[in-house]
Amino acid sequence: MESIGVLMMCPMSSYLENELQKRFNLHRFWNSPEKSVFLENHRNSIRAVVGNASAGADAQLIDDLPKLEIVSSFSVGLDKIDLGKCKEKGIRVTNTPDVLTEDVADLAIGLILALLRRLCECDRYVRSGKWKQGDFQLTTKFSGKSVGIIGLGRIGTAIAKRAEAFSCPINYYSRTVKTDIAYKYYPTVVDLAKNSDILVVACPLTDKTKHIVNRQVMDALGAKGVLINIGRGPHVDEQELVKALTEGRLGGAALDVFEQEPHVPEELFALENVVLLPHVGSGTVETRNAMADLVVGNLEAHFTGKPLLTPVV
Amino acid sequence: MSLLITSSYVNLLQARNPKSSSFTYQIPSRFASVSSFNRNPKTKAVSSSLMTVKRSLIDTDGEVLVSKMEPAVVLVHRPPALDFIDEPLSRHRINALYTHTSPDSLQDFLSTHAASVRAVVSLGKLPMTAEFMSNLPSLGIVVCASVGFDHVDLDECRRRRIVVTNAGDAYGEDVADLAVGLLLSVLRRIPSVDRYVRSGRWTRLWDYPVGLKLDRKKVGIVGLGNIGSLVAKRLEPFGCIISYNSRSPKPGVPYVYYPDILSLAADNDLLILCCSLTDETHHIVNRRVMETLGTNGVIINVGRGGLIDEKEMVKCLVKGVIWGVGLDVFDNEPEVPQELFNLENVVLSPHSAGMTAESLTNVSEVTVANLKAFFSDQPLMFTVQLD
Repeated sequence: MESIGVLMMCPMSSYLENELQKRFNLHRFWNSPEKSVFLENHRNSIRAVVGNASAGADAQLIDDLPKLEIVSSFSVGLDKIDLGKCKEKGIRVTNTPDVLTEDVADLAIGLILALLRRLCECDRYVRSGKWKQGDFQLTTKFSGKSVGIIGLGRIGTAIAKRAEAFSCPINYYSRTVKTDIAYKYYPTVVDLAKNSDILVVACPLTDKTKHIVNRQVMDALGAKGVLINIGRGPHVDEQELVKALTEGRLGGAALDVFEQEPHVPEELFALENVVLLPHVGSGTVETRNAMADLVVGNLEAHFTGKPLLTPVV
Repeated sequence: MSLLITSSYVNLLQARNPKSSSFTYQIPSRFASVSSFNRNPKTKAVSSSLMTVKRSLIDTDGEVLVSKMEPAVVLVHRPPALDFIDEPLSRHRINALYTHTSPDSLQDFLSTHAASVRAVVSLGKLPMTAEFMSNLPSLGIVVCASVGFDHVDLDECRRRRIVVTNAGDAYGEDVADLAVGLLLSVLRRIPSVDRYVRSGRWTRLWDYPVGLKLDRKKVGIVGLGNIGSLVAKRLEPFGCIISYNSRSPKPGVPYVYYPDILSLAADNDLLILCCSLTDETHHIVNRRVMETLGTNGVIINVGRGGLIDEKEMVKCLVKGVIWGVGLDVFDNEPEVPQELFNLENVVLSPHSAGMTAESLTNVSEVTVANLKAFFSDQPLMFTVQLD
């Protein structure tokens, strides 16, 4: 299989790079200064693309790689892949579901606690020596607060189960009501926001869910409410979010994702009611390795004619 | 749940105010199930038999009185900045004197007010020494507005038959929440990567160290009291395998018991310290425990700084003997070993586990309830075992 050309779109895991290098003819897209020249030169040898949350296979790339057979994403999200075009051309698509569910859900709770209990501020407070001058201010209790989840899939459900252990009443918004669960359903995101202290974004990014958290939702969440985003940056209208936070109309936000990663609106840097993370939802050694194993496993299965492990298309 | 004052007192009330038929002081229902609550069945029934009129009474306005119908004095010994108890005391018409507001020396202040002080409210871990208490011959109770009571000379209280109470489970949830928050913050490096983003350094994707997974990790809880149990309950849906070490096994809990901390450390990846500080538990986490825990080991401390040998802990962190720590408490607060500031797998918190508005309200309610119960000779909540 060493002659099979695999194009890796950006740095994502050195373990994955090594494993791909061992098995295939690995091309690192980020190392080519002239992308169009690169694609010209290698268009006939690249049969697989490995993407992630920042770069996948859009329509343009698919057109530029006529021998493309499979896109294996190092992520569970598929928003960077033109699924329609892949289906049309018979290109297979795989992702990395389940292996990262726990880590992302853990991080959502970690973000809630870090935000409400000001853990980043507290850590800074001690390190700066300010504790010698006086106690830190009071922070906000988490246990018992109502949690509203947008999207009750694998990750949303895992978040709900964790929040329940903190005696949090759970509300949710979903495309359809789930009849077999005891959480409270709200038919619109605005209603969900109005009735929740903590709003968590946990749905896939599609055309329908872009900016699902807009100004109206933020106003409904209000000055005592907080927003947690472990989905995708474009779920939230980022410009409106910055305004809502700096104007005090929204109580706080903890964000693992942004509309134009790695760009983060600088106005947020000075705020103490925000937590800002560089897309680390699945960022543990164990999970990134498990994701990498799935990517490699799917590619190997495809090129040896076996069933794919986690196919989407 | 309510404390019913017996009918002799009711008779007294009726004589003064014919419209009232009974007086009850409501203990907030969330404290109703406390096991250390001393239930005195006699007080629950409205009995028609006469009981000796107590030396202390509560009048219809709720003000606590002594036998001469003068206000009882409660001495509040607290740091100047920690003032959340003042308004509740005043609202409940408890006549409080504050040691820190007097221009006199503490000694003079105490000798002036000695005779009338029957109760002390202790806040903020200011030491409640034998010497301090020796100025208060009428002292009958030390009400700690905290869960910790390691700052109180219990031997002296035992000798003088002074009752000691603490805040029980008043802020258990908030402390348990913080323990989990610290654990997640350490494992996922939350404050560290937040700093990274705010510094503007996130310009190349995926180029920072990743964290450690929590799912399927073995968590050992040291001390399965109120706070330890709340921590365990919170960690269950995270997929953690939970075990514990305690003075004795707790019947009916679904977690594995280890008879000592070394065997707990040998079998676990993560330790969470939730026990009180006593002679037995001082430096319970020593070098040997940390070496046994291992290079992927994480310790979270929401108990007392003295539970860990702090000097050894710093050395172990610097040398990579353990992976990281999340600490809300330190040996000599607010002093924190400077070496910790350069370490990335370390999250530090300024003893703020109980510092939410809800917890302070709970602590105030328990404090007021115990003061009123004491002065009306009613059962107390959360008494500390002295023998």
